[in-house]
Amino acid sequence: MDMMEEKAAENWDLVITPRKKWYDLQLREVWRYRDLISLFVRRDFVSRYKQTILGPLWLIIQPILNSLVFTVVFGNIARLSTDGLPPMLFYMSATVLWSYFSNCLTGTSQTFIQNAHLFGKVYFPRLVMPVSIVISNLITLAIQFALFMGFRFYFSAVNAAVHFTPWAWAFPLLILLMAGLGLGFGIIVSSLTTKYRDLNYLVSFGVSLWMYATPVLYPVSSIPESWRWIAVVNPITPIVETFRAGFLGQGTVSWARLGYSGAFMLVVLIIGVVIFNRVEKTFIDTV
Amino acid sequence: MSNTVISVEHLSKQYDLGVIGTGTLTRDFERWWARARGKPDPYSPVVQDYSRRHADDSILALDDVSFAVQQGEALGIIGRNGAGKSTLLKILSRVTAPTSGVVKVKGRIGSLLEVGTGFHPELTGRENVYLNGAILGMKKAEVARKFDEIVAFSGVEKFIDTPVKRYSSGMYVRLAFAVAAHLDPEILIVDEVLAVGDAEFQKKCLGKMGDVAGEGRTVLFVSHNMGSIQNLCPRSMLLRLGKIASMDHTSRVISEYLSASREPNVFYPNEGERLGTQRVRVEDFRIEPPNPATGLPARFILQLTVPESENQNLQADFSISFMTEQGSKIFQLHSGHIRHELSLKKGLNTITAEPEYLPLTPGKYLVNLWVGSGRIVYDWIPEALSFEVVPGSFNEGVLIDNRGYPVVVNARWHQ
Repeated sequence: MDMMEEKAAENWDLVITPRKKWYDLQLREVWRYRDLISLFVRRDFVSRYKQTILGPLWLIIQPILNSLVFTVVFGNIARLSTDGLPPMLFYMSATVLWSYFSNCLTGTSQTFIQNAHLFGKVYFPRLVMPVSIVISNLITLAIQFALFMGFRFYFSAVNAAVHFTPWAWAFPLLILLMAGLGLGFGIIVSSLTTKYRDLNYLVSFGVSLWMYATPVLYPVSSIPESWRWIAVVNPITPIVETFRAGFLGQGTVSWARLGYSGAFMLVVLIIGVVIFNRVEKTFIDTV
Repeated sequence: MSNTVISVEHLSKQYDLGVIGTGTLTRDFERWWARARGKPDPYSPVVQDYSRRHADDSILALDDVSFAVQQGEALGIIGRNGAGKSTLLKILSRVTAPTSGVVKVKGRIGSLLEVGTGFHPELTGRENVYLNGAILGMKKAEVARKFDEIVAFSGVEKFIDTPVKRYSSGMYVRLAFAVAAHLDPEILIVDEVLAVGDAEFQKKCLGKMGDVAGEGRTVLFVSHNMGSIQNLCPRSMLLRLGKIASMDHTSRVISEYLSASREPNVFYPNEGERLGTQRVRVEDFRIEPPNPATGLPARFILQLTVPESENQNLQADFSISFMTEQGSKIFQLHSGHIRHELSLKKGLNTITAEPEYLPLTPGKYLVNLWVGSGRIVYDWIPEALSFEVVPGSFNEGVLIDNRGYPVVVNARWHQ
């Protein structure tokens, strides 16, 4: 075989090998499958609300109900501080953010087991599923954020002590941080749960605990000194506080804090990617 | 010049049996840490030699498989359950990764390992077509372009906008296959999907696959239906216990697959299929020589018993019938053809049929045995023996070979 033929013969479109590089995410492949991502997002929405009476209205009812309950229980009965902000807004702001993060995490962590059947029969870049979850949760976030803004404008119209600060511009960054953290942790958890099923139970329990360790139901300023370290270590804390500071005017924020969250996110994502790549190609053998 | 579109080189796939992992997180972590550093696994019970099959530890679904597929080839893949066919397809479809070895591919692969993958019951037929198409690798625009064709092929136009959970299983399968059939990949891989659906549907599927192959595209087809493989694929590959047992013309591979289960020259009186009054019973049947040659004499020997209760000798006719391995009839040696009923005495009898020459060309054959008298059947055993014919000649030196014709007949040639 002469040189020309050798060159042509080596021109393969696809090479399948046992291992791939630990950092190889095949993002180009994921982009090629973007139609599939949007269809999965659509499928999630449609299947969740078809044949329900209220349908997508649940997306709005939930945060309202939650915030109401929190206001009554924690605001009025337990009399927790809300940093001088109207309780409804205080709780709603955090729950909207928190549900985005926790939905990303739990959604991603369950995706491999829930879709094991699909993965066993057809190929598409596995990353497509977690990405579609992050995006469909983004839609939920958008709707609930609009709801929150509606309440906020109502409250400011009746002269409550709320005002915007420049921190509000950090909102896109906050979304990115939450998505990254939710995705990273979700991938780590799901890579582990394909082998150790009981980790699944730990996840929902763990996420609830995590919420209590985050200043969702209370401001950072009211945490006693000896417990402060929890809030400091928690990467979600700066996100929630920055949001409140930006849209409501009160919160304990700094760029350093946000930088910490960013670094945390990068570490988690890298670990997640490494584990994911190791597990992805053959997890269907063990799931 | 090579026109190879699929090159499989030393492909192996190992599955771990039993409980996956050592059972605890910490030990598994230690194992992973050792592997990541390139050191041997501290918890592996046997030597770290993946080229051999571990006794109870793991199984080699594919064992050093290497082959190449050319552009436009329609290759059949057959083998027993567990031979490794589905594993091979899964690796080619990137559903799972190999343990070692490499696969190189030119062109896009479309895989049909299951019909209706990803169909969601709450979505309508229309929405599922788009979803399934995207899962299989088509872009939205592509699906949109072919949408009408797909729906027409499936025959469910009237119900295309109802949720598929209301479809009958037949409609479901037809729609699912219709999407996959319009995938238009350069390489199509199909795994026994035709096992579902009625005869008409299967015909449609095979027809479509035939079209794909006819258009110069490459097809890999796994099936247990020898008929479909024979119709679609000129060449096939036989997998046995993870290795390629043979890769040849389909008819040869099929006969090897079928004959692998039967030992040659062993008399097999399968009682489940045996018929007749049993007034006379065939006890044994053999051929001399065991591997007779074409064109040369051979003797076919029956051993029969007549029960002691018979008072007088029994008149009986005998028939030795020859079939191909697939069960096509070829010819019979029948004592009735020459009005030669033989007389059987009580106890053991030996009857021999001796044709002037064996007219069968080289290959493997099956024998049916019949003993009876007129309309009465004493004993009938189908596929009582399988044997192989070796090359031979009518005259010395001129070997007769098999050109697809199972029999040869001697004749005088003159002007």
